[in-house]
Amino acid sequence: MNPTIARLSAQALLGRRRGVVLLVIPALLIGLAVLLRVLTDADGGYDAVLTLGYTLALPLVALLAASAVLGPEIDDGSIVYLLAKPVSRHVIALSKFVVAWLATLALGALPLVVAGLIMDSGNPRRALAWGAAGAVAGTTYSALFLALAAVTRHAVVAGLLFVLMWEGLLGGLLTGIKWVSIGAWGRQVGYRFSARLDDAFLPLSYAVLAALVVTLGALWLTGDRLRSFTLRGDE
Amino acid sequence: MSVLTLDAASRWFGNVVAVNGISMTVGPGITGLLGPNGAGKTTLIAMMAGFLAPSAGTVTLDGKPIWRHTDAYRTIGLVPERELSFGYLTGRQFVRANAELHGLPDPGAATERALATVEMTDPADRRIDTYSKGMRQRAKLASALVHDPAVLLLDEPFNGVDPRQRMHLMALLRRMGEEGRTLLFSSHILEEVEQVARHIEVVVSGRHAASGDFGTIRRLMTDRPMQYAVASSDDRRLASALMTEPSVLGVTLRRQGGLDVSVADLGAFAVRLPHLAREGGIRILELTPSDESLESVFAYLVGGPA
Repeated sequence: MNPTIARLSAQALLGRRRGVVLLVIPALLIGLAVLLRVLTDADGGYDAVLTLGYTLALPLVALLAASAVLGPEIDDGSIVYLLAKPVSRHVIALSKFVVAWLATLALGALPLVVAGLIMDSGNPRRALAWGAAGAVAGTTYSALFLALAAVTRHAVVAGLLFVLMWEGLLGGLLTGIKWVSIGAWGRQVGYRFSARLDDAFLPLSYAVLAALVVTLGALWLTGDRLRSFTLRGDE
Repeated sequence: MSVLTLDAASRWFGNVVAVNGISMTVGPGITGLLGPNGAGKTTLIAMMAGFLAPSAGTVTLDGKPIWRHTDAYRTIGLVPERELSFGYLTGRQFVRANAELHGLPDPGAATERALATVEMTDPADRRIDTYSKGMRQRAKLASALVHDPAVLLLDEPFNGVDPRQRMHLMALLRRMGEEGRTLLFSSHILEEVEQVARHIEVVVSGRHAASGDFGTIRRLMTDRPMQYAVASSDDRRLASALMTEPSVLGVTLRRQGGLDVSVADLGAFAVRLPHLAREGGIRILELTPSDESLESVFAYLVGGPA
């Protein structure tokens, strides 16, 4: 972990327009929770809002945060100023990950807990279970999307397709995808805390291990890609 | 004292060969890397800075390959051509971040030293996005100098810098070269290179066209046959008169009027032309050099002496 890289990444994350979008997403989710709390009294909206937050808002926040800490610097080549240093590329990857990860936890996972508490303040365990699911999935998403930003310039598009098609549409249609779906792994962890969440029918140890392997693998890949970063001229 | 060595280094992108089998040694002192735009200078510097793998051949720093060798950056300082995009930082913050990333024992002192070297102490508390081109260039230089590197690579450092700041930058580079640093900078402008470097390497179309002392190469460039366009009141008579001159290598009649004259000895030609015209009663209407562009100089160098 390199504090200078982390500080610069945090400034890049908050200093651009993306920073505003990052705040809008959780604000919308919490606003929706407040609205449903005021307008309805039944429990019906709870799962709908949390599912929306978990399957859409959380990965979007992770995608925006992860691509903001790395994507623009690679696009405009200014990352050479960070890379022309005797700093391990994996340390650079880790430092950037920590910034994106903290942003994802604060703006993706924490709002799930807040929304849950707003809609059902009598059952904090249920809200915290969603938060745990969000923390696990958010961690893995951040690492994966960071690697995506290091590998391709079209990381945002590729990430969106992954979230909407793979995790969303196909994951809903084909139950076998749960074995390779980040959302399902996190949900399984959440289910461990509260049975009010859907059981993804995965062994808990598998879900945790899979999330860990993908996170570490993605971080290693990010560092390796940075090690092979190629500077191309305008000519 | 550090030495950069390229041994038959090539780099291609798909079907395009950007650098073609270049071997050179860059040692202490200033080396100018001269070549027209698109000659492969940036590709070469990227390979020397470890930001591009050679497709064939080797690029080494003191015997060790630079590609994927992170520790090389203790020795190398790089000033890329690319614009600084850390506009949200002040100059001081940016240079200091570079000092911290190098793990220097006293990054604060190193930052102030580097800022003083490039004379940027005063505007250092302004945000980079308020800087002029010359100030950005100096901020980049300060960030590359902060760890006192033995090797400094600069890609087109004078591009877009106003004349006064250019003089200042040049003096700075000369001083660093005299200190025994290995310093290489690229440029597509002959006069720029002339003012800073003794030793130059010329690259054209990805190939190594010439290497050596500036004076030798300058002579190679200026002693070549030069082309002039001449318009006169009687082109054919002037042409026949010109052909009797030893300083003239050839004359071609232009379809739309006028002559193309190939000249070997510029001095003699300049003296003889008015004489010939007066003797023949011919009026010279126009005399212009037709290939003063650097590209034609380079083309000549690549083609070898005609």
